[in-house]
Amino acid sequence: MAEAVATRTSPLDGLIAGSVGVAIAQAAPAHRISLRVGADGIPALNKALGLDLPTEPKKSVTAKSGRMALWLGPDEWLVIDEKGDPMADVAGVDAFFSVVDVSHRNTAIKVAGRGARATLEAGCPQDVTDDAFPIGACSRTVMGKIEIVLMRTDANAYRIECWRSFAEYAFEFLSDAAHDCMA
Amino acid sequence: MSGTNRIAGKGRLVPARTVSFTFDGRRLTGVEGDTLASALIANGIHLTGRSFKYHRPRGILSAGPEEPNALIDISRSSNTHTPNVRATVQEVFEGMTAQSQNRWPSLSFDVGAVNNLFSPIFAAGFYYKTFMWPKAAWKHFYEPNIRAAAGLGVSPKEPDPDRYANRFIHCDVLVVGGGIAGLIAARAAAETGASVVVCDEQPELGGALHHEIDTRIDGQEGFVWAQEIGSELAGMDNVRVLTRTTAFAYQAQNMVDLVERVSEHFANPDKLVPRERLWQVRARRVIVATGAIERHMVFAQNDRPGIMLASAARTYLNHYGVAVGSNVAVYTANDSAYRAAFDLKQAGIAVPVIVDARSDVDAGLLAEAEALGIQVLTDHAVVDTKGGLRLKSVRIERVGGGKSRTVEADALIMSAGWTPTLHLYSQSRAKVVWDEESARFLPGKAVQEMVTIGACNGTDALDALLEEAANAGMEAARLAGFAGASGYRAPDAESLTSRRGALMGAAPGAGPETTVKAFVDYQNDVTAKDIRLAVREGMHSIEHVKRFTTNGMATDQGKTSNIHGLAIAADMLDKPIPQVGLTTFRLPYTPVTFGAIVNHGRDRLFDPTRKTAIHKSHEALGAVFEDVGQWKRPWYYPKAGETMHAAVDRECRTVRETAGLFDASTLGKIEVVGPDAAKFLDLIYTNGWQKLAPGRCKYGIMLREDGFIYDDGVVGRIAEDRFHVTTTTGGAPRVLHHMEDYLQTEFPDLRVWLTSTTDQWSVIAVQGPKAREIIAPFVEGIDISNEAIPHMSVREGTVCGAPARLFRMSFTGELGFEVNVPADYGRAVWDALWARAQDLGACTYGTETMHVLRAEKGYIIVGQDTDGTVTADDAGLSWAVAKSKPDFVGIRGMKRPDLVASGRKQLVGLLTADPKQVLEEGAQIVADPNQPVPMKMIGHVTSSYWSENCGRSIAMAVVADGRALMGKTLYVPMPHEVIKVEVTDTVFFDKEGDRING
Repeated sequence: MAEAVATRTSPLDGLIAGSVGVAIAQAAPAHRISLRVGADGIPALNKALGLDLPTEPKKSVTAKSGRMALWLGPDEWLVIDEKGDPMADVAGVDAFFSVVDVSHRNTAIKVAGRGARATLEAGCPQDVTDDAFPIGACSRTVMGKIEIVLMRTDANAYRIECWRSFAEYAFEFLSDAAHDCMA
Repeated sequence: MSGTNRIAGKGRLVPARTVSFTFDGRRLTGVEGDTLASALIANGIHLTGRSFKYHRPRGILSAGPEEPNALIDISRSSNTHTPNVRATVQEVFEGMTAQSQNRWPSLSFDVGAVNNLFSPIFAAGFYYKTFMWPKAAWKHFYEPNIRAAAGLGVSPKEPDPDRYANRFIHCDVLVVGGGIAGLIAARAAAETGASVVVCDEQPELGGALHHEIDTRIDGQEGFVWAQEIGSELAGMDNVRVLTRTTAFAYQAQNMVDLVERVSEHFANPDKLVPRERLWQVRARRVIVATGAIERHMVFAQNDRPGIMLASAARTYLNHYGVAVGSNVAVYTANDSAYRAAFDLKQAGIAVPVIVDARSDVDAGLLAEAEALGIQVLTDHAVVDTKGGLRLKSVRIERVGGGKSRTVEADALIMSAGWTPTLHLYSQSRAKVVWDEESARFLPGKAVQEMVTIGACNGTDALDALLEEAANAGMEAARLAGFAGASGYRAPDAESLTSRRGALMGAAPGAGPETTVKAFVDYQNDVTAKDIRLAVREGMHSIEHVKRFTTNGMATDQGKTSNIHGLAIAADMLDKPIPQVGLTTFRLPYTPVTFGAIVNHGRDRLFDPTRKTAIHKSHEALGAVFEDVGQWKRPWYYPKAGETMHAAVDRECRTVRETAGLFDASTLGKIEVVGPDAAKFLDLIYTNGWQKLAPGRCKYGIMLREDGFIYDDGVVGRIAEDRFHVTTTTGGAPRVLHHMEDYLQTEFPDLRVWLTSTTDQWSVIAVQGPKAREIIAPFVEGIDISNEAIPHMSVREGTVCGAPARLFRMSFTGELGFEVNVPADYGRAVWDALWARAQDLGACTYGTETMHVLRAEKGYIIVGQDTDGTVTADDAGLSWAVAKSKPDFVGIRGMKRPDLVASGRKQLVGLLTADPKQVLEEGAQIVADPNQPVPMKMIGHVTSSYWSENCGRSIAMAVVADGRALMGKTLYVPMPHEVIKVEVTDTVFFDKEGDRING
């Protein structure tokens, strides 16, 4: 019999930052899978996941349940779900594919406000203007000196996923950039 | 009153808004909007510095970024200062402290000026030829002394207290330059709806309109029009107007770097406001409207304070309301200097003479001069000047010689014509083309999505410039995808200013005598004779001339000097200018602070610091941390008063006697999944994986193509199609790339995918005789008995209720488990395990103890005991290389003759004759300590520790043919002694290896 039941801790627990133009906060804990599959396996996985995996670059889909699938490469998706575990849903699907639980590998930061884009632009060299990066757009890119997955969740809101051990850096970078976001 | 030279009613500044500042300790008053240069001139100060090499007194030459002389040290508080700030760019602010540079003890009396007397021996190439002997003197005498004497400014030694910001932006059209052409182009582009960024280095838009008060646009003074259109542009949603912003670099793929001076002009900037902001702009189209820079005249003694560019004098008068002198002579080969003379005269300043090197001068200008009562001497030259710290008089001669006359003047303004500013254009990799008709270099064919317009494009006539600019704006927008014409119509404009006329190279009076000091490049102290000397010494390429003389080098980048230097060289070579060619313009256009380049990436943001999920528990336990790549890892856990040595000895002993907990989370982890996973690992690792049963683990090594060890680690088979690969901490990213590279390029047919899981898992190593006892109460769903989970196994279950992969493995040689739980649970699980471990007498241990324990067992660390030239056989790992596999990465490399030859360095153990003596890692090993120096070195120590468990020192080393030397004595010569060592095998503790199966 286990003597203790482990509790979760995040590297950003209790942290909050921002400026007059932007709020920076940790996103809720979520289930995440890294999904790798060829075109032949997509239909079966769509069914299991309850959404249609986007097949175009920089596209994401968000199901009614809130489950999100982000296109990261021709055979790669990041599926994020704050409620149900997609790992369980794809178990047993009859297709050639790879699914790896990365729920704890990533930490997510929400950046929102009129200065959100400018805050990002302090460190992300990618074109995130409206035409190039509309609401729902996503991409694996860089911010400062780290790799991130960036998703635009609303006109002035973004979700930044980074590896857990880079979360403090990401948060501090965004906090520093926030001071200059209204220029 | 803000200076005696301030002319009432002139200029655009508000006289009542005074600003107090100091220059070399003297308290002075300027006006808000003044540059330091205009404020100094208003106070009658031209002398602002000493020249680089000869320490000659120098004054303000220009009114812009081309300033070569007035480089000043600026500070706003006692603990920070910035050297080499151009006085012509820096705006004054209340409380500014400005100091002249390169002088001692004072600006007006400078001991270094003795260099000027010896100037005949300081000619071009002097340093290259003189300080050659004796060789050692260069390092210890010549170089430090030359550096102290020359050089401009003093670097601040304190940490930079300011903030800097960065912004990556994308736009349809970037317009560089906010003069007439740039503003019209920006407006034309903006009206199509395209996103437009327009930048200008000055505080206000307008460019040449700052001084050209005769230019009228849409019925208004040009400068007023520029401010209006500027605010209209700034009010548009699709336009960003950036003033005080210099475009300093044109990179590949239309990336242009701008630096904005955000708070340099504020007396007390908000601490959160950056000093500068770097804008990295990726533009679909770039419009370069950078204008032109006026050239000085090259004649004898042309560098006295008070001698300056005509356009600068005009700017100081018309924009700042400051007269550059009370008696201002003019020396020109260009029409535009006449306008400066006329403006001065009309403002009540005496203009004794206009000396024009040309014989053919526009009759209208001559008539205007006459009407104003200004004497014009055409076909004349200024051949000498007098005045120590300020110009007193100029000597004038007819071109070709004759009787000379002397005219008193406290300022001389000059113009040899205008050089199109093609720095950015040239940085874009496009070539300049010589235009014979206008005798200047102009832009050729653009090589990026860019166009040049206006003065930098050689478009002189105002009508043509307006049309060119409007069309360029609309065309740029169209090419960026905005099809609809903007319908923008260029305004009507008229101007009296003409820029006709040019003189390149030495003016009459610049020599050819070799003693004459006619400066070509003020900043680098290069004279016409230096360029001539360079050519005579055999420098026939302009690039060689540049380096021999330093003409146009460094921060100056030839803004005023390039064309003159080129023309003089061409004249000496007797070649036409285009055949000699122009030197390359280097970025940055003007100096850029390190702060702007580094921007957010300083202090804690300089490099990411990675911490494991358990970090805070380590802190609470008093761990001392070690940097391993970007990771912070617990190094050892000292108890109160304990030295590192004592702590490590205690940890080493406790792990073997009881048990220890170790945070191994930083190990690289890769999940290899797919039906061909085992096949893939067979190709990546030297050993075989097909037969490994699910639930079992194996140590694997991987090679590079050249046959040397690349990385190692334990791999567990979770399921038929799923492996849990571990790598070294430092190797994690490159091993994943190595695997991905081979998968995509060499083995694309394999159905397998790789996912990094390094940060997914917290890994807690529990090692030692009581390891099982420690974890037992927390594990569910896994039978942890020795029989059920033998050494080198992996099981899935839960630990503390968290889903876990439990590895039975050991890097200590003890009974060991590695508990892998999802990282958010890591700290809680560690704390729970530690609470129990502590009760059982176990310890926590850090990387130092880990290193010692593994060395006691002869386990290698890739990167410590290997160095990229060690084969599996060298490391004694031939057992891990499958003999039967037909292929794996490195199989051919490891069979190369040199890699199988005898005499290779092999990994062995070393025991010192004195058991208390610990060898130094990296120490060299010799067979015979009595041989003459240099000795033949046969190997070196790779790992060396005090082993508390062995009661003596232990070491590993690579030694030529080491395995054949077992039991032999070798020697490690150190500075003060020669250490005797015995060659042994690499296992120092528990040679039978029974403990691991406990």
